[in-house]
Amino acid sequence: MLIKNSQDGFSHTLASEITPQRVYAGRRDLIKLMAGGIAGAAIASWASRDALAQGATARPGKLAVLPGAKSDLAGAVTMEKPTDYKDATSYNNFYEFGTDKTDPAQNAHTLVTSPWTVEVEGLVKKPARYTLEDLLKLSAQEERVYRLRCVEGWSMVIPWVGYSLRELIRKVEPLGSAKYVEFVTQADPKTMPFVGSRVLDWPYVEGLRMDEAMHPLTLLSFGMYGEVLPKQNGAPVRLVVPWKYGFKSGKSLVKIRFTDKQPATAWNKAAANEYGFFSNVNPNVDHPRWSQATERRIGEDGLFAKKRKTLMFNGYEAQVGQLYAGMDLKKFI
Amino acid sequence: MLLHRAAKPVVFGLMSLPFCWLLYATLTNQLGANPAEALIRASGDWTLRALCLVLAVTPLRVITATPALARLRRMLGLFVYFYVIVHLLSYSGFDMAFELTDIARDIAKRPFILVGFSSFVLLTALAATSSNRVIRLLGGKRWQRLHRLVYLVAGLALLHFFWMRAGKHNFAEVVVYAAILSLLLGWRAVRLLKKNGA
Repeated sequence: MLIKNSQDGFSHTLASEITPQRVYAGRRDLIKLMAGGIAGAAIASWASRDALAQGATARPGKLAVLPGAKSDLAGAVTMEKPTDYKDATSYNNFYEFGTDKTDPAQNAHTLVTSPWTVEVEGLVKKPARYTLEDLLKLSAQEERVYRLRCVEGWSMVIPWVGYSLRELIRKVEPLGSAKYVEFVTQADPKTMPFVGSRVLDWPYVEGLRMDEAMHPLTLLSFGMYGEVLPKQNGAPVRLVVPWKYGFKSGKSLVKIRFTDKQPATAWNKAAANEYGFFSNVNPNVDHPRWSQATERRIGEDGLFAKKRKTLMFNGYEAQVGQLYAGMDLKKFI
Repeated sequence: MLLHRAAKPVVFGLMSLPFCWLLYATLTNQLGANPAEALIRASGDWTLRALCLVLAVTPLRVITATPALARLRRMLGLFVYFYVIVHLLSYSGFDMAFELTDIARDIAKRPFILVGFSSFVLLTALAATSSNRVIRLLGGKRWQRLHRLVYLVAGLALLHFFWMRAGKHNFAEVVVYAAILSLLLGWRAVRLLKKNGA
């Protein structure tokens, strides 16, 4: 065995044997990266187990799986108990399939969701026609558990799967002149039996101001409860804007248009005094025909339970309140 | 057949069926995602249907020359009152948690609730004066004049329903009830005109 010591003056390490600083520093980075990756994976799996334990992603086993990593966006995952899948899929407002809330579950099976494309046009640098497949992989799918407050005075808690709409908006590069985003939904009288009824103008059009559309909570959703969207809930792709009344979240989107004018939205056209363009959830501004101060949580509150208080911006005031700073919310309904 | 001893109990049984079904469906959780809403709406529907039935008694009696039909009129009228009470209690209990101040505020605030509540008050007056004793006390003429208020109730009930459905511009059912009620009230108007003309 060759033992070297400090007295052995002539036996120096060859220069070629010294690991260059650049390399060993890089190796440390690599190790850090690996450790981080392993921890990340561990956290992700722990998070999904946690979510399962809470029942948020307990899959109903009805449709194709669409997993989403639990969102770490502030306010994006409420701890409230998700509504039963059965209730969330049998109590819907989707007038293209009838005005009774049980109609969509009965009639929506005729909707053809494949192939599906979404046209992105208007005041953007890169207008494009996206196939559903393109959209699905445009950004990482996240699970967001949002409260849903219907303008009619009931609410649910839904675990959606999707990503922030702004991921798509950034891809198409809106021009400076784009002030609003218009969402046009599918209106095919052949597959949607009530398109053509005189309840509303078809297609159903919704809209957001640019800053609302760019807010990270504004979700482009493809699934719920860990599976793709059921047809009655707006398959294959819909919008979810959790701080606004449910009707602002258009279903079965086919066109997203960037404009400089406030879009003429379906309910606003039908009854402007009852449904404003903004339609933020606001317990202090009543619907002309009923109070918005309270709500009934579907499947949670017993028959004789007092209805629960509705929260300003549906409880998302901390996240979205600044969008409306200085606006009189009694005037801009 | 209408004079048969069983005629009244049979009609009573039939008119109770919707209530029994609602009770059973509530207990067995068959009213869907929003049972409160289902109960409020169904009891309202049945009030309107009972109202159509009771208003059909006289035209049917005259047209088919079946005087015995008149025997059923009071019971059908009281069923209108029964279902309107179920309707009012469902709204008060399930929507308002029996908070009287909230209910009072709601009546003052929402015309559609005010109209519904007014019909209930009028129906209370009619139900309270439905016994033979009160009819004798009032005298037939005065009693009849009072009970013509049911025509006003029909109009108010229809307005209440129309307003409720106006939110969704969904008037299909409203039109059906409007047609039935106009037919029943129109028949009376025509008969009155003919009588006066004669």
